[in-house]
Amino acid sequence: MIINGVTIDKTFAEAFPMKGTRAIITAQNEKWAMISAQAMTGFATSVIACGCEAGIERVLSPDETPDGRPGVSIMIFAMGAKGLAKQLETRAGQCVLTSPTSALFAGIEGGKPIPLGKNLRYFGDGFQVAKKIGGKRYWRVPVMDGEFLTEATTGMVEAVGGGNFLVLAESQPQALAACEAAIEEMKKIPNVIMPFPGGVVRSGSKVGSKYPALGASTNDAFCPTLKGMTKTDLSPEIESVMEIVIDGLSKEDIDKAMRVGIQAVCDLGAANGIKRISAGNYGGKLGPFHFHLQEIMA
Amino acid sequence: MSALTFTLKQPTAQRVDMSPLVCQKLQGLDVDAIAAIQLQNGKSRPRVDELFYITGKNTQEIIIAGSTNKLDFIGKELDGGSISVQGNAGAYLGMQMKSGTINVSADAGLYAACEMKNGLIQIDGNAGDFLGGALPGNKQGMKGGTVLVKGNVGQRAGDHMRRGQILIEGNAGDYCGSRMVAGTIAVMGNTGRYLGYAMRRGTLLLWNQPQLSATFNDCGSHTLAFLPMLFASFRSLNSRFADSSAAFNRVRRYGGDMAETGRGEVLVRI
Repeated sequence: MIINGVTIDKTFAEAFPMKGTRAIITAQNEKWAMISAQAMTGFATSVIACGCEAGIERVLSPDETPDGRPGVSIMIFAMGAKGLAKQLETRAGQCVLTSPTSALFAGIEGGKPIPLGKNLRYFGDGFQVAKKIGGKRYWRVPVMDGEFLTEATTGMVEAVGGGNFLVLAESQPQALAACEAAIEEMKKIPNVIMPFPGGVVRSGSKVGSKYPALGASTNDAFCPTLKGMTKTDLSPEIESVMEIVIDGLSKEDIDKAMRVGIQAVCDLGAANGIKRISAGNYGGKLGPFHFHLQEIMA
Repeated sequence: MSALTFTLKQPTAQRVDMSPLVCQKLQGLDVDAIAAIQLQNGKSRPRVDELFYITGKNTQEIIIAGSTNKLDFIGKELDGGSISVQGNAGAYLGMQMKSGTINVSADAGLYAACEMKNGLIQIDGNAGDFLGGALPGNKQGMKGGTVLVKGNVGQRAGDHMRRGQILIEGNAGDYCGSRMVAGTIAVMGNTGRYLGYAMRRGTLLLWNQPQLSATFNDCGSHTLAFLPMLFASFRSLNSRFADSSAAFNRVRRYGGDMAETGRGEVLVRI
Protein backbone atom coordinates (compact mmCIF):
# COMPACT_ATOMS: atom_id res chain seq x y z
CA MET A 1 0.00 0.00 0.00
CA ILE A 2 1.35 3.42 -0.97
CA ILE A 3 -0.30 6.70 0.05
CA ASN A 4 1.08 9.92 -1.46
CA GLY A 5 4.38 8.17 -2.08
CA VAL A 6 4.57 6.77 1.46
CA THR A 7 4.76 3.00 1.77
CA ILE A 8 2.48 1.55 4.44
CA ASP A 9 4.12 -1.66 5.64
CA LYS A 10 2.10 -4.85 5.75
CA THR A 11 2.61 -5.18 9.47
CA PHE A 12 0.82 -4.49 12.69
CA ALA A 13 1.27 -2.60 15.93
CA GLU A 14 0.95 -4.78 18.96
CA ALA A 15 -0.84 -3.49 22.05
CA PHE A 16 -1.74 -4.92 25.39
CA PRO A 17 -4.54 -4.59 27.95
CA MET A 18 -4.19 -1.88 30.57
CA LYS A 19 -6.37 -0.25 33.18
CA GLY A 20 -7.29 3.33 32.43
CA THR A 21 -8.90 6.27 34.15
CA ARG A 22 -9.61 9.91 33.53
CA ALA A 23 -9.69 12.90 35.86
CA ILE A 24 -10.70 16.49 35.33
CA ILE A 25 -8.59 19.26 36.81
CA THR A 26 -10.09 22.73 37.03
CA ALA A 27 -8.64 25.97 38.26
CA GLN A 28 -9.24 29.70 38.35
CA ASN A 29 -8.06 29.88 34.74
CA GLU A 30 -6.84 27.58 32.01
CA LYS A 31 -3.22 28.47 32.71
CA TRP A 32 -3.31 27.03 36.21
CA ALA A 33 -5.43 24.04 35.25
CA MET A 34 -2.83 23.25 32.60
CA ILE A 35 0.08 23.71 35.01
CA SER A 36 -1.49 21.23 37.40
CA ALA A 37 -2.34 18.80 34.59
CA GLN A 38 1.20 18.96 33.22
CA ALA A 39 2.61 18.24 36.65
CA MET A 40 0.22 15.35 37.21
CA THR A 41 1.04 13.74 33.87
CA GLY A 42 4.77 14.40 34.08
CA PHE A 43 7.27 11.52 34.21
CA ALA A 44 4.64 9.15 32.88
CA THR A 45 5.86 8.17 29.44
CA SER A 46 6.16 4.44 29.87
CA VAL A 47 5.07 1.88 32.43
CA ILE A 48 8.54 0.37 32.14
CA ALA A 49 10.01 2.88 34.57
CA CYS A 50 7.33 5.43 35.41
CA GLY A 51 4.70 3.15 36.90
CA CYS A 52 2.07 4.51 34.56
CA GLU A 53 1.50 6.25 31.27
CA ALA A 54 -0.34 9.54 31.46
CA GLY A 55 -1.17 12.46 29.29
CA ILE A 56 -3.41 15.43 28.73
CA GLU A 57 -6.46 14.47 26.72
CA ARG A 58 -7.79 17.95 26.03
CA VAL A 59 -8.65 21.37 27.38
CA LEU A 60 -12.21 21.75 28.67
CA SER A 61 -14.29 24.90 28.46
CA PRO A 62 -16.06 26.09 31.63
CA ASP A 63 -19.39 24.68 30.47
CA GLU A 64 -17.84 21.22 30.22
CA THR A 65 -16.51 21.06 33.78
CA PRO A 66 -18.40 20.17 36.96
CA ASP A 67 -17.63 23.45 38.71
CA GLY A 68 -17.96 25.74 35.71
CA ARG A 69 -14.32 26.76 35.64
CA PRO A 70 -11.74 26.16 32.90
CA GLY A 71 -10.31 22.67 33.05
CA VAL A 72 -8.12 20.00 31.56
CA SER A 73 -8.91 16.31 31.26
CA ILE A 74 -6.06 13.92 31.86
CA MET A 75 -5.85 10.17 31.44
CA ILE A 76 -3.70 7.67 33.26
CA PHE A 77 -3.02 4.07 32.24
CA ALA A 78 -1.26 1.31 34.16
CA MET A 79 -0.81 -2.43 33.88
CA GLY A 80 -2.87 -3.27 36.97
CA ALA A 81 -5.66 -1.84 39.07
CA LYS A 82 -3.53 -1.46 42.18
CA GLY A 83 -0.76 0.33 40.34
CA LEU A 84 -3.19 2.67 38.66
CA ALA A 85 -4.90 3.56 41.92
CA LYS A 86 -1.55 4.25 43.59
CA GLN A 87 -0.28 6.40 40.75
CA LEU A 88 -3.51 8.35 40.56
CA GLU A 89 -3.54 9.04 44.24
CA THR A 90 0.11 10.03 44.63
CA ARG A 91 0.03 12.22 41.56
CA ALA A 92 -3.24 13.87 42.62
CA GLY A 93 -1.79 14.46 46.07
CA GLN A 94 1.48 15.95 44.89
CA CYS A 95 0.42 17.75 41.73
CA VAL A 96 -3.24 18.81 42.06
CA LEU A 97 -3.81 19.21 45.78
CA THR A 98 -0.70 21.41 45.84
CA SER A 99 -1.57 23.48 42.78
CA PRO A 100 -3.16 26.90 43.47
CA THR A 101 -6.94 27.18 43.00
CA SER A 102 -7.23 23.64 41.66
CA ALA A 103 -10.16 21.25 42.00
CA LEU A 104 -10.28 17.62 40.95
CA PHE A 105 -13.18 15.63 39.55
CA ALA A 106 -13.92 12.21 38.14
CA GLY A 107 -13.64 11.92 34.38
CA ILE A 108 -15.26 8.53 33.95
CA GLU A 109 -18.77 7.67 35.09
CA GLY A 110 -19.18 4.00 35.82
CA GLY A 111 -16.38 1.47 35.79
CA LYS A 112 -14.81 0.39 39.04
CA PRO A 113 -14.53 3.28 41.49
CA ILE A 114 -10.97 4.06 42.58
CA PRO A 115 -9.96 6.70 45.10
CA LEU A 116 -9.42 10.19 43.75
CA GLY A 117 -9.74 12.44 46.77
CA LYS A 118 -11.09 9.76 49.08
CA ASN A 119 -7.80 9.43 50.94
CA LEU A 120 -6.37 12.87 50.14
CA ARG A 121 -9.01 14.14 52.52
CA TYR A 122 -6.88 13.13 55.46
CA PHE A 123 -4.60 16.01 54.58
CA GLY A 124 -7.38 18.07 56.13
CA ASP A 125 -6.39 16.72 59.55
CA GLY A 126 -9.97 16.36 60.68
CA PHE A 127 -11.13 19.73 59.32
CA GLN A 128 -12.15 18.20 55.98
CA VAL A 129 -15.83 18.27 55.09
CA ALA A 130 -17.74 15.67 53.03
CA LYS A 131 -20.56 16.80 50.78
CA LYS A 132 -22.81 14.56 48.75
CA ILE A 133 -24.05 16.56 45.79
CA GLY A 134 -26.24 15.05 43.09
CA GLY A 135 -25.47 11.53 44.31
CA LYS A 136 -21.70 12.04 44.17
CA ARG A 137 -19.42 12.36 47.13
CA TYR A 138 -17.02 15.27 47.35
CA TRP A 139 -14.45 16.34 49.87
CA ARG A 140 -13.65 19.89 50.84
CA VAL A 141 -10.15 19.99 52.22
CA PRO A 142 -9.04 23.22 53.87
CA VAL A 143 -5.77 24.47 52.36
CA MET A 144 -3.87 27.71 52.59
CA ASP A 145 -5.44 29.30 49.48
CA GLY A 146 -8.97 28.39 50.54
CA GLU A 147 -10.48 24.96 49.96
CA PHE A 148 -9.39 22.06 47.76
CA LEU A 149 -12.54 20.52 46.32
CA THR A 150 -12.21 16.95 45.09
CA GLU A 151 -14.55 14.18 44.09
CA ALA A 152 -14.06 11.09 46.24
CA THR A 153 -13.62 8.58 43.41
CA THR A 154 -13.30 8.26 39.70
CA GLY A 155 -13.96 5.28 37.44
CA MET A 156 -11.40 2.74 36.30
CA VAL A 157 -12.06 0.85 33.07
CA GLU A 158 -10.39 -1.74 30.86
CA ALA A 159 -8.17 -0.01 28.34
CA VAL A 160 -5.57 -0.63 25.67
CA GLY A 161 -1.96 0.52 25.77
CA GLY A 162 0.89 0.52 23.34
CA GLY A 163 -0.75 1.25 20.00
CA ASN A 164 1.96 2.73 17.80
CA PHE A 165 3.34 3.54 14.40
CA LEU A 166 6.79 4.42 13.11
CA VAL A 167 7.56 7.29 10.76
CA LEU A 168 10.57 6.61 8.53
CA ALA A 169 12.01 9.71 6.89
CA GLU A 170 14.95 10.89 4.89
CA SER A 171 16.05 13.29 7.62
CA GLN A 172 15.53 13.98 11.29
CA PRO A 173 13.77 17.37 10.77
CA GLN A 174 11.40 15.76 8.28
CA ALA A 175 10.59 12.89 10.65
CA LEU A 176 9.89 15.33 13.46
CA ALA A 177 7.76 17.64 11.31
CA ALA A 178 5.67 14.67 10.21
CA CYS A 179 5.20 13.48 13.78
CA GLU A 180 4.22 16.97 14.90
CA ALA A 181 1.59 17.07 12.16
CA ALA A 182 0.32 13.66 13.25
CA ILE A 183 0.11 14.62 16.92
CA GLU A 184 -1.76 17.79 16.05
CA GLU A 185 -4.50 15.70 14.44
CA MET A 186 -4.45 12.87 16.97
CA LYS A 187 -5.01 15.27 19.86
CA LYS A 188 -8.46 15.92 18.43
CA ILE A 189 -9.49 12.29 18.99
CA PRO A 190 -11.18 11.66 22.36
CA ASN A 191 -10.29 8.84 24.75
CA VAL A 192 -6.63 8.62 23.73
CA ILE A 193 -3.33 10.03 24.90
CA MET A 194 0.15 9.98 23.41
CA PRO A 195 2.20 9.70 26.60
CA PHE A 196 5.73 10.42 25.35
CA PRO A 197 7.27 13.90 25.29
CA GLY A 198 5.23 15.93 22.85
CA GLY A 199 3.64 12.63 21.87
CA VAL A 200 6.75 11.45 20.00
CA VAL A 201 9.32 8.78 20.88
CA ARG A 202 12.75 8.79 19.32
CA SER A 203 14.00 5.80 21.27
CA GLY A 204 11.75 2.93 20.30
CA SER A 205 12.68 -0.26 22.10
CA LYS A 206 12.80 -3.95 21.46
CA VAL A 207 12.16 -6.60 24.08
CA GLY A 208 15.36 -7.82 25.80
CA SER A 209 18.98 -6.76 25.82
CA LYS A 210 22.44 -8.22 25.78
CA TYR A 211 22.60 -7.00 29.37
CA PRO A 212 20.60 -9.41 31.52
CA ALA A 213 19.44 -6.68 33.89
CA LEU A 214 17.59 -4.83 31.12
CA GLY A 215 14.21 -5.94 29.90
CA ALA A 216 14.21 -3.61 26.91
CA SER A 217 16.84 -1.98 24.76
CA THR A 218 17.21 0.15 21.65
CA ASN A 219 15.38 -1.09 18.58
CA ASP A 220 18.55 -1.58 16.56
CA ALA A 221 16.70 -2.75 13.45
CA PHE A 222 15.30 0.79 13.16
CA CYS A 223 18.42 2.73 14.23
CA PRO A 224 19.71 4.49 11.12
CA THR A 225 23.31 4.67 12.32
CA LEU A 226 23.43 0.88 12.62
CA LYS A 227 22.30 0.12 9.08
CA GLY A 228 25.59 -1.59 8.27
CA MET A 229 26.16 -3.21 11.64
CA THR A 230 22.94 -5.07 12.47
CA LYS A 231 20.06 -6.84 10.81
CA THR A 232 18.47 -3.59 9.77
CA ASP A 233 14.90 -2.93 8.75
CA LEU A 234 15.83 0.32 7.01
CA SER A 235 16.56 1.05 3.38
CA PRO A 236 19.60 3.18 2.58
CA GLU A 237 17.75 6.50 2.19
CA ILE A 238 16.19 6.39 5.70
CA GLU A 239 18.08 8.64 8.08
CA SER A 240 15.65 9.03 10.93
CA VAL A 241 12.80 7.08 12.52
CA MET A 242 10.35 8.33 15.11
CA GLU A 243 7.48 6.57 16.83
CA ILE A 244 4.12 7.66 18.14
CA VAL A 245 2.68 5.57 20.96
CA ILE A 246 -1.03 5.67 21.78
CA ASP A 247 -2.96 4.55 24.84
CA GLY A 248 -6.74 4.57 24.67
CA LEU A 249 -9.91 3.46 26.35
CA SER A 250 -10.69 1.01 23.55
CA LYS A 251 -9.18 -0.57 20.43
CA GLU A 252 -11.55 1.52 18.31
CA ASP A 253 -10.30 4.76 19.86
CA ILE A 254 -6.71 3.81 19.05
CA ASP A 255 -7.74 2.78 15.54
CA LYS A 256 -9.16 6.24 14.98
CA ALA A 257 -6.12 8.00 16.39
CA MET A 258 -3.74 5.92 14.28
CA ARG A 259 -5.76 6.56 11.15
CA VAL A 260 -5.74 10.36 11.49
CA GLY A 261 -2.10 10.34 12.57
CA ILE A 262 -0.87 8.22 9.68
CA GLN A 263 -3.02 10.23 7.29
CA ALA A 264 -1.44 13.47 8.51
CA VAL A 265 2.01 11.99 7.93
CA CYS A 266 1.05 10.74 4.48
CA ASP A 267 -0.39 14.15 3.60
CA LEU A 268 3.15 15.50 3.86
CA GLY A 269 4.16 12.57 1.67
CA ALA A 270 7.31 11.54 -0.14
CA ALA A 271 7.83 15.09 -1.30
CA ASN A 272 8.62 16.02 2.29
CA GLY A 273 10.97 13.10 2.83
CA ILE A 274 8.51 10.65 4.38
CA LYS A 275 9.21 7.22 2.93
CA ARG A 276 7.51 4.59 5.04
CA ILE A 277 5.10 3.94 7.89
CA SER A 278 5.79 0.86 9.94
CA ALA A 279 4.87 -0.37 13.41
CA GLY A 280 6.38 -2.04 16.41
CA ASN A 281 5.40 -5.59 17.10
CA TYR A 282 6.96 -8.47 18.84
CA GLY A 283 5.67 -11.30 16.72
CA GLY A 284 2.36 -11.29 18.56
CA LYS A 285 4.05 -12.25 21.81
CA LEU A 286 3.44 -9.02 23.73
CA GLY A 287 -0.25 -8.39 23.53
CA PRO A 288 -3.57 -9.51 22.13
CA PHE A 289 -4.45 -6.26 20.33
CA HIS A 290 -3.09 -6.06 16.78
CA PHE A 291 -3.44 -2.88 14.75
CA HIS A 292 -2.82 -3.79 11.11
CA LEU A 293 -1.64 -0.64 9.38
CA GLN A 294 -3.00 -1.45 5.95
CA GLU A 295 -6.41 -2.38 7.37
CA ILE A 296 -6.55 0.85 9.34
CA MET A 297 -5.69 2.92 6.27
CA ALA A 298 -7.89 0.95 3.86
CA MET B 1 -53.43 3.57 34.37
CA SER B 2 -54.82 6.26 36.64
CA ALA B 3 -53.37 7.00 40.04
CA LEU B 4 -54.69 5.07 43.01
CA THR B 5 -56.62 7.74 44.86
CA PHE B 6 -57.79 7.64 48.46
CA THR B 7 -60.30 10.41 49.09
CA LEU B 8 -61.10 10.95 52.76
CA LYS B 9 -64.85 10.58 53.27
CA GLN B 10 -64.95 12.87 56.30
CA PRO B 11 -62.39 14.26 58.73
CA THR B 12 -61.59 11.74 61.44
CA ALA B 13 -61.84 12.59 65.12
CA GLN B 14 -58.93 10.30 65.95
CA ARG B 15 -55.55 9.94 64.28
CA VAL B 16 -55.09 7.42 61.46
CA ASP B 17 -51.97 5.34 60.90
CA MET B 18 -51.50 5.49 57.11
CA SER B 19 -48.32 3.40 57.02
CA PRO B 20 -49.98 0.39 55.27
CA LEU B 21 -50.84 2.56 52.28
CA VAL B 22 -47.43 2.86 50.65
CA CYS B 23 -46.61 1.90 47.08
CA GLN B 24 -44.50 -1.18 47.74
CA LYS B 25 -47.04 -2.70 50.14
CA LEU B 26 -49.93 -2.21 47.73
CA GLN B 27 -48.11 -3.50 44.67
CA GLY B 28 -49.96 -6.45 43.14
CA LEU B 29 -53.09 -5.97 45.26
CA ASP B 30 -56.45 -5.41 43.59
CA VAL B 31 -58.87 -2.74 44.75
CA ASP B 32 -60.86 -5.18 46.88
CA ALA B 33 -57.77 -6.30 48.74
CA ILE B 34 -56.70 -2.71 49.28
CA ALA B 35 -60.17 -1.77 50.49
CA ALA B 36 -60.04 -4.59 53.06
CA ILE B 37 -56.80 -3.39 54.68
CA GLN B 38 -57.42 -2.31 58.24
CA LEU B 39 -56.00 0.98 59.45
CA GLN B 40 -55.44 1.94 63.08
CA ASN B 41 -57.77 4.85 63.85
CA GLY B 42 -57.59 5.76 67.50
CA LYS B 43 -58.66 2.59 69.29
CA SER B 44 -60.59 1.15 66.33
CA ARG B 45 -59.36 -0.59 63.15
CA PRO B 46 -61.66 0.39 60.27
CA ARG B 47 -61.18 -0.90 56.72
CA VAL B 48 -59.66 1.49 54.22
CA ASP B 49 -62.97 1.79 52.36
CA GLU B 50 -64.71 2.85 55.57
CA LEU B 51 -62.49 5.93 55.70
CA PHE B 52 -61.74 6.59 52.03
CA TYR B 53 -63.35 6.46 48.62
CA ILE B 54 -60.97 4.47 46.43
CA THR B 55 -60.51 5.17 42.73
CA GLY B 56 -57.77 4.36 40.23
CA LYS B 57 -55.44 1.39 40.10
CA ASN B 58 -51.83 2.47 39.80
CA THR B 59 -50.33 1.50 43.13
CA GLN B 60 -47.05 3.20 42.22
CA GLU B 61 -48.78 6.56 42.06
CA ILE B 62 -50.89 7.23 45.11
CA ILE B 63 -53.00 10.31 45.77
CA ILE B 64 -54.45 11.03 49.19
CA ALA B 65 -57.17 13.60 48.61
CA GLY B 66 -58.91 15.69 51.23
CA SER B 67 -56.13 14.86 53.63
CA THR B 68 -56.05 16.33 57.12
CA ASN B 69 -53.45 16.69 59.81
CA LYS B 70 -54.86 13.59 61.50
CA LEU B 71 -53.34 11.27 58.88
CA ASP B 72 -50.04 10.15 60.36
CA PHE B 73 -47.22 8.03 58.94
CA ILE B 74 -48.03 8.82 55.31
CA GLY B 75 -45.30 7.26 53.16
CA LYS B 76 -43.63 5.47 56.05
CA GLU B 77 -40.69 3.43 54.70
CA LEU B 78 -41.75 4.30 51.15
CA ASP B 79 -39.51 2.43 48.74
CA GLY B 80 -40.19 3.76 45.26
CA GLY B 81 -43.24 5.26 43.62
CA SER B 82 -44.91 8.53 44.48
CA ILE B 83 -47.44 9.74 47.02
CA SER B 84 -49.23 13.01 46.53
CA VAL B 85 -51.04 14.44 49.54
CA GLN B 86 -53.77 16.93 48.72
CA GLY B 87 -54.29 18.85 51.92
CA ASN B 88 -52.41 18.59 55.18
CA ALA B 89 -50.37 15.64 56.39
CA GLY B 90 -50.16 14.52 59.98
CA ALA B 91 -47.07 13.56 61.93
CA TYR B 92 -44.25 11.31 60.75
CA LEU B 93 -44.67 12.04 57.03
CA GLY B 94 -42.15 9.98 55.02
CA MET B 95 -40.64 8.51 58.17
CA GLN B 96 -37.70 6.20 57.28
CA MET B 97 -38.52 6.61 53.61
CA LYS B 98 -36.09 4.72 51.35
CA SER B 99 -36.80 6.11 47.89
CA GLY B 100 -39.53 7.68 45.77
CA THR B 101 -41.25 11.03 46.12
CA ILE B 102 -43.85 12.52 48.43
CA ASN B 103 -45.60 15.80 47.74
CA VAL B 104 -47.80 17.60 50.24
CA SER B 105 -49.88 20.48 48.97
CA ALA B 106 -50.35 22.09 52.38
CA ASP B 107 -48.72 21.61 55.81
CA ALA B 108 -47.03 18.62 57.43
CA GLY B 109 -46.97 17.88 61.13
CA LEU B 110 -44.28 16.85 63.59
CA TYR B 111 -41.35 14.66 62.62
CA ALA B 112 -41.80 14.93 58.85
CA ALA B 113 -38.96 13.10 57.05
CA CYS B 114 -37.66 11.79 60.36
CA GLU B 115 -34.92 9.22 59.86
CA MET B 116 -35.48 9.45 56.10
CA LYS B 117 -32.93 7.46 54.09
CA ASN B 118 -33.37 8.65 50.51
CA GLY B 119 -35.86 10.09 48.04
CA LEU B 120 -37.55 13.47 47.82
CA ILE B 121 -40.20 15.04 50.04
CA GLN B 122 -41.72 18.33 49.00
CA ILE B 123 -43.99 20.19 51.38
CA ASP B 124 -45.68 23.21 49.82
CA GLY B 125 -46.83 24.61 53.14
CA ASN B 126 -45.20 24.56 56.55
CA ALA B 127 -43.62 21.69 58.45
CA GLY B 128 -43.74 21.04 62.16
CA ASP B 129 -40.98 20.47 64.69
CA PHE B 130 -38.21 17.91 64.28
CA LEU B 131 -38.27 17.99 60.48
CA GLY B 132 -35.74 15.37 59.34
CA GLY B 133 -34.97 14.60 62.96
CA ALA B 134 -34.44 11.43 64.93
CA LEU B 135 -37.20 9.68 66.81
CA PRO B 136 -36.98 10.26 70.55
CA GLY B 137 -34.14 8.20 71.95
CA ASN B 138 -32.56 7.49 68.57
CA LYS B 139 -29.13 8.86 67.72
CA GLN B 140 -29.46 9.48 64.00
CA GLY B 141 -32.03 11.53 62.15
CA MET B 142 -32.28 11.91 58.41
CA LYS B 143 -29.59 9.87 56.62
CA GLY B 144 -30.08 10.88 53.00
CA GLY B 145 -32.39 12.32 50.38
CA THR B 146 -33.85 15.77 50.01
CA VAL B 147 -36.62 17.58 51.87
CA LEU B 148 -37.97 20.77 50.38
CA VAL B 149 -40.28 22.98 52.43
CA LYS B 150 -41.76 26.01 50.72
CA GLY B 151 -43.13 27.50 53.92
CA ASN B 152 -41.73 27.67 57.42
CA VAL B 153 -40.51 24.89 59.65
CA GLY B 154 -40.83 24.41 63.38
CA GLN B 155 -38.18 23.89 66.00
CA ARG B 156 -35.27 21.46 65.87
CA ALA B 157 -35.21 20.98 62.09
CA GLY B 158 -32.49 18.45 61.26
CA ASP B 159 -32.07 17.29 64.83
CA HIS B 160 -29.39 14.56 64.84
CA MET B 161 -29.34 14.75 61.03
CA ARG B 162 -26.67 12.48 59.54
CA ARG B 163 -26.70 13.14 55.77
CA GLY B 164 -28.94 14.54 53.01
CA GLN B 165 -30.32 18.01 52.58
CA ILE B 166 -33.19 20.03 53.99
CA LEU B 167 -34.14 23.06 51.93
CA ILE B 168 -36.38 25.63 53.56
CA GLU B 169 -37.71 28.55 51.55
CA GLY B 170 -39.27 30.19 54.59
CA ASN B 171 -38.14 30.58 58.17
CA ALA B 172 -36.80 27.99 60.59
CA GLY B 173 -37.67 27.85 64.26
CA ASP B 174 -35.34 27.62 67.24
CA TYR B 175 -32.60 25.01 67.47
CA CYS B 176 -32.37 24.56 63.70
CA GLY B 177 -29.65 21.97 63.03
CA SER B 178 -29.41 20.98 66.66
CA ARG B 179 -27.16 18.02 67.40
CA MET B 180 -26.52 17.70 63.68
CA VAL B 181 -23.96 15.04 62.75
CA ALA B 182 -23.59 15.96 59.06
CA GLY B 183 -25.62 16.99 56.01
CA THR B 184 -26.87 20.32 54.74
CA ILE B 185 -29.73 22.56 55.84
CA ALA B 186 -30.40 25.62 53.71
CA VAL B 187 -32.72 28.36 54.97
CA MET B 188 -33.76 31.25 52.75
CA GLY B 189 -35.74 33.00 55.46
CA ASN B 190 -34.80 33.72 59.04
CA THR B 191 -33.62 31.33 61.72
CA GLY B 192 -34.50 31.26 65.38
CA ARG B 193 -32.41 31.08 68.50
CA TYR B 194 -29.80 28.46 69.31
CA LEU B 195 -28.98 27.78 65.68
CA GLY B 196 -26.81 24.66 65.32
CA TYR B 197 -27.02 23.89 69.01
CA ALA B 198 -24.49 21.10 69.75
CA MET B 199 -23.93 20.40 66.07
CA ARG B 200 -20.85 18.24 65.41
CA ARG B 201 -20.44 18.53 61.66
CA GLY B 202 -22.64 19.58 58.75
CA THR B 203 -23.52 22.79 56.97
CA LEU B 204 -26.17 25.38 57.73
CA LEU B 205 -26.48 27.55 54.64
CA LEU B 206 -28.30 30.79 55.34
CA TRP B 207 -29.50 33.72 53.29
CA ASN B 208 -29.84 35.98 56.34
CA GLN B 209 -27.52 36.70 59.22
CA PRO B 210 -28.56 34.55 62.20
CA GLN B 211 -28.35 35.20 65.88
CA LEU B 212 -25.40 32.97 66.73
CA SER B 213 -24.47 31.45 70.04
CA ALA B 214 -21.15 32.32 71.64
CA THR B 215 -19.91 28.84 70.75
CA PHE B 216 -19.75 29.66 67.02
CA ASN B 217 -16.55 31.36 65.88
CA ASP B 218 -16.12 33.63 62.90
CA CYS B 219 -13.84 32.08 60.25
CA GLY B 220 -14.05 35.03 57.85
CA SER B 221 -15.43 35.61 54.38
CA HIS B 222 -14.73 33.11 51.61
CA THR B 223 -15.56 32.07 48.08
CA LEU B 224 -16.36 28.36 48.25
CA ALA B 225 -16.10 26.23 45.12
CA PHE B 226 -18.63 23.63 46.19
CA LEU B 227 -21.51 26.09 46.47
CA PRO B 228 -22.11 26.56 42.72
CA MET B 229 -22.18 22.78 42.36
CA LEU B 230 -24.61 22.47 45.25
CA PHE B 231 -26.91 25.08 43.71
CA ALA B 232 -26.62 23.40 40.33
CA SER B 233 -27.89 20.17 41.91
CA PHE B 234 -31.06 22.02 42.98
CA ARG B 235 -32.00 22.98 39.41
CA SER B 236 -34.37 20.05 38.92
CA LEU B 237 -36.44 21.07 41.95
CA ASN B 238 -39.69 22.97 41.72
CA SER B 239 -38.43 25.62 44.05
CA ARG B 240 -36.86 29.02 44.46
CA PHE B 241 -33.67 27.07 45.21
CA ALA B 242 -33.61 26.07 41.54
CA ASP B 243 -33.54 29.70 40.43
CA SER B 244 -30.04 30.59 39.29
CA SER B 245 -30.43 34.04 40.83
CA ALA B 246 -30.65 32.33 44.23
CA ALA B 247 -27.14 30.90 43.84
CA PHE B 248 -24.09 32.43 45.50
CA ASN B 249 -20.58 31.32 46.33
CA ARG B 250 -19.45 34.11 48.63
CA VAL B 251 -20.16 33.46 52.30
CA ARG B 252 -19.21 34.31 55.85
CA ARG B 253 -18.14 31.11 57.57
CA TYR B 254 -18.75 30.43 61.24
CA GLY B 255 -17.39 27.26 62.84
CA GLY B 256 -19.10 25.42 65.64
CA ASP B 257 -20.60 24.27 67.84
CA MET B 258 -17.38 24.65 69.82
CA ALA B 259 -19.19 23.25 72.85
CA GLU B 260 -19.30 20.02 70.83
CA THR B 261 -16.60 18.79 68.40
CA GLY B 262 -16.91 22.06 66.51
CA ARG B 263 -16.49 20.77 62.97
CA GLY B 264 -19.82 22.13 61.75
CA GLU B 265 -20.24 25.34 59.81
CA VAL B 266 -22.76 28.10 59.38
CA LEU B 267 -22.38 29.74 55.98
CA VAL B 268 -24.13 33.07 55.59
CA ARG B 269 -24.55 34.73 52.22
CA ILE B 270 -22.68 38.02 51.84
